Amino acid sequence: MTGYVTRRLGQAVVVLWAAYTVTFVVLYLLPSDPVEIMLAGGQGGEQSTVDPAQVAALRHEYGLDEPLPVQYVHALWRTLHLDFGRSIQNGAPVTSLIGDALPQTAVLAASALAVALVLGVGIAFLSTWVRRSWVRTLLLALPPLGVSLPTFWVGLLLVQVFSFRIPVFPALGNQGFATLVLPSVTLAVPVSASIAQVLARGLRTALAEPYVETARAKGASRARVHLRHAFRNATIPALTIVGVIVGNLLAGAVVVETVFSRVGIGRLTVTAVNGQDIPLVQGLVLLAAAVFVATNLVVDLLYPVVDPRIRVVGVPRRPRAVTRTLVGSAS
Amino acid sequence: MSTGVSRGAPEDVLDVLDIGERYREAARGPAQPRRGLPTWARRPDLLLAGAVVLMVLAWAAFPTLFTSQSPVDGVPADRLQGPSAAHLFGTDHLGRDLFSRVVHGARLTLQATVLAVLIGLVVGTLTGLVSGFVRGVVDDVLMRTMDVLLSIPALLLSMALITALGFGTVKVAIAVGIGTVANFARVMRSEVLKVSSAVYVEAARASGVRTTGVLFRHVLPNAAGPVLSLSALEFGVAVLAVSALSFLGFGAPPPAPEWGSLVAGGRDYLATSWWLTTLPGVVVAAVVLSANRIARALERGTA
Repeated sequence: MTGYVTRRLGQAVVVLWAAYTVTFVVLYLLPSDPVEIMLAGGQGGEQSTVDPAQVAALRHEYGLDEPLPVQYVHALWRTLHLDFGRSIQNGAPVTSLIGDALPQTAVLAASALAVALVLGVGIAFLSTWVRRSWVRTLLLALPPLGVSLPTFWVGLLLVQVFSFRIPVFPALGNQGFATLVLPSVTLAVPVSASIAQVLARGLRTALAEPYVETARAKGASRARVHLRHAFRNATIPALTIVGVIVGNLLAGAVVVETVFSRVGIGRLTVTAVNGQDIPLVQGLVLLAAAVFVATNLVVDLLYPVVDPRIRVVGVPRRPRAVTRTLVGSAS
Repeated sequence: MSTGVSRGAPEDVLDVLDIGERYREAARGPAQPRRGLPTWARRPDLLLAGAVVLMVLAWAAFPTLFTSQSPVDGVPADRLQGPSAAHLFGTDHLGRDLFSRVVHGARLTLQATVLAVLIGLVVGTLTGLVSGFVRGVVDDVLMRTMDVLLSIPALLLSMALITALGFGTVKVAIAVGIGTVANFARVMRSEVLKVSSAVYVEAARASGVRTTGVLFRHVLPNAAGPVLSLSALEFGVAVLAVSALSFLGFGAPPPAPEWGSLVAGGRDYLATSWWLTTLPGVVVAAVVLSANRIARALERGTA
């Protein structure tokens, strides 16, 4: 087990290093010149007339006048010390900008996850529990719908109805619980849809297994068969999408925080891209990759705990992580 | 059942899940062929989905056939009017006809979508083909690279690319397309692995067909099915991603209409003019839902 943990940790570190390299290649090696982007002031990289001396000074400041491999090694070394450099827009250290915004997004993601779990588990469970076929059909139609709705649009619809038509919740801001409700629900829609899809499928499969038949034959009640026998087994395939869910929450936060004008990582990302703030964008993308990698690591280590059959076999293997759902962690 | 999941879902999970399905199938006995109605009439939802996709493609190709009003020039006197016979989707704050803007917006949005899917399809399929066929170190390097791409949430990867490339419809399309490469590569690779061990591939090799011949004449056509249904799914995903990025303001600069920026444009009039955000969003949702419906049907057909 210790060997497995060490190996898995090593893999996680390698993936993170590779993700760093990918962002470096994308942000620093693509044909566009980072210095010109910086000086253009984030107008979509439009060319502007700049003072060559200024360019040279900036190039030197960011170490961009050195050969690329040297730049890469220097940057990697700084990153290892959790120094992502300074934001181009306001000169603040990237780590402190991210640190300030992170708690807000964590709260949003956590409450959205709670809503999504209730909705997703509820839909999946009811779709196998209810006997009327039209109710089942209706319930099973919800997840495909949930993943097809643009998140930004869902958010604006909710604002329209619950802030303007029936003023129950504020339309924007970060103050207090009331401002958290609509963003959480918006963010929960696609996430709950993926949970419901995997779980409903797992439940259906589990309910068709011989051990369910056995449990029924032994006189277990319907509720007991569902909760104790089928549900526990259905959660195992659902664990594979935990990584996707976390990725979706992060990507969804970009849109949701913009719609509801909330302070947070997502909003910070949008401003960073708008200002073509390369160090900040790199820090944020790395943060997302780190969260994703860490989540998958935890899930991997949890597998034998959740599914004792894996422990028996010895080598804890799990199905490869589902890396993205239909939502594509997009909108 | 699970359009969304089965795409990214690892084959092994699905195998695990399929045991139950197979068990039930065995219990039911062999499927009876249904008679009477033709296939399309038995699937009205699929028919509707196809119609929606064809309609928006027609909007993109010939916008002037569907609306005679200008998407860019407005009549200030008619500003912020609700949906009516004259203005199907109402008008915006400059008196521009919203329906016309949505119809014309189909062109930019769908161009970006199709370009994104094509990039993912071509680059991803080639990567998967090479990876699955050559195997060894090449396979390892390529697939680990794909894993790394998948470790960054797609929208954030696209936004990093946009930071480097700049704004605009084409750049958004490239950014979204690169985000989908890994999915195509993984599906293609697993198909190629399956097909490569088939007897006809062995026979082709034994009878002296060159490697490229084997690859493009025998392996590629037989491995293409699941990639096709993935393309339909990615089309829906790409519509969502392109409009989300356009909503965030990374797409074409105004006044050019894009579905995402149309929704964004209505934000300031949420309290008074519901149609400005609602109706363009309905179009996006309908297209994505239809693409997913078609993808699911294709998936069943090719499985």
